Amino acid sequence: MTQDRAPRRLPVVACLVAALMLAIAPMPDWASPFRPDWVALTLIYWAMMLPRTYSIGTAWIVGIVLDVAQGTLLGQHAIALCFVAYIAVKFHLQFRVFPVSQMSATVFALLAFYQFILFWVNGVAGVNVPAVTYWGPVITGAMIWPLLALVFGGVRYRARS
Amino acid sequence: MLTARTDNQHRSQRTPALGLRLLLFAGLSILILVIDHRENYLDAVHRAIDVAVHPLRVVVDAPVAMWRLIGETGADRNELRLENSRLRAERLLTHARLQRYSALEAENARLRAMLEARTRVREEVRVAGIMSVSANPFRHDLVIDKGQNDGVYDGQAMVDAEGVVGQVIETGLFSAQAVLISDPDHALPVEINRNGLRTIAVGTGEFDRLDLPFLPNNADVSQGDLLVTSGLGGAFPAGYPVAIVDNVTRVPQEPFAAVSARPAAKLNQIREIMLIWSIADEDDPEPPE
Repeated sequence: MTQDRAPRRLPVVACLVAALMLAIAPMPDWASPFRPDWVALTLIYWAMMLPRTYSIGTAWIVGIVLDVAQGTLLGQHAIALCFVAYIAVKFHLQFRVFPVSQMSATVFALLAFYQFILFWVNGVAGVNVPAVTYWGPVITGAMIWPLLALVFGGVRYRARS
Repeated sequence: MLTARTDNQHRSQRTPALGLRLLLFAGLSILILVIDHRENYLDAVHRAIDVAVHPLRVVVDAPVAMWRLIGETGADRNELRLENSRLRAERLLTHARLQRYSALEAENARLRAMLEARTRVREEVRVAGIMSVSANPFRHDLVIDKGQNDGVYDGQAMVDAEGVVGQVIETGLFSAQAVLISDPDHALPVEINRNGLRTIAVGTGEFDRLDLPFLPNNADVSQGDLLVTSGLGGAFPAGYPVAIVDNVTRVPQEPFAAVSARPAAKLNQIREIMLIWSIADEDDPEPPE
């Protein structure tokens, strides 16, 4: 069992690290409101595909690291990612058989939920952000999902063989 | 699909644990959020994780830094010559201005001594680069490549060659995050250089505009006035240029005039900033060397 799972970890961790790097990568000013939530997308995929290995605990750790990397309130992304991972794991059997378009819509809903939690934490903490800026990442995230799923599918296939 | 089947078998056992785990981690997050928002017990944790994150920042910054380096080494000779002569001219100008500065400083010291004003502030300035790393999506901010190791502290003021840029809000060991004066949550005590009228400049979320919301309708402010830091509030040393008033609208029935100003520093195109250390000499009028 452990032998079966051990080699699988590295590629997934690499995906998460890459997502973290993309989350802090420089972008031109006009494009940064549309930066997809790379970390959330990556976590949704792996929580859905390998729910026993990557679920809420992973989400929390990655969230805390993301909070430090972006300098947001410690725990803000962590709590949002926990809820998203919970839904992804809870319904992973349904999600896996969804066709791409339906999955994109699901991802849209998950990301909207994710942004809502961030929005809520910002509101409670008194961080002043115009509400429109929360929608950009949701839309681009849902649009980029099919491509991302393809890439991760390749990673998963190679990691197993 | 092997994983699907094994997951299926374990599903009934796993599902209740999942809810419990969510409760646990969400609770932990809320606890951390509250502590981080109110107190600073978690600074050590913050720093420790920040050290782990730093390599990621360096890797992300590397391509841009490399590109700049290539640009510099491959620069046209003609271009370099032009830049060189421009810099020479600039240096001559600044030197000419500085000649009077030391005389003025001496005069200022004498006058202060006459007034028996005790607090004198010396300032030390060091240059820091800006890492090409975008940070907090909810703020106007930037990441600088100096941190606690270089003596950077939370709340430290940053300026560039033109004027005030912002202040440090989160200090890591090797890098620090700073908020720009254009952030909507940032307010800066300023005074109008012409007449010493004090007010507050608030960020708007746009790089080229600050608002001065607390000036009454009859305040003596006009287009083109230079705003400098007033030194009140303590975060910023006095006398640095902040912005130039570019629009004053007085509506008779409103209590306050709508005044906006353009920041002196070009906030969205800076590559280097200067960090300011204020050293107060409380009781000795002469700086101890």
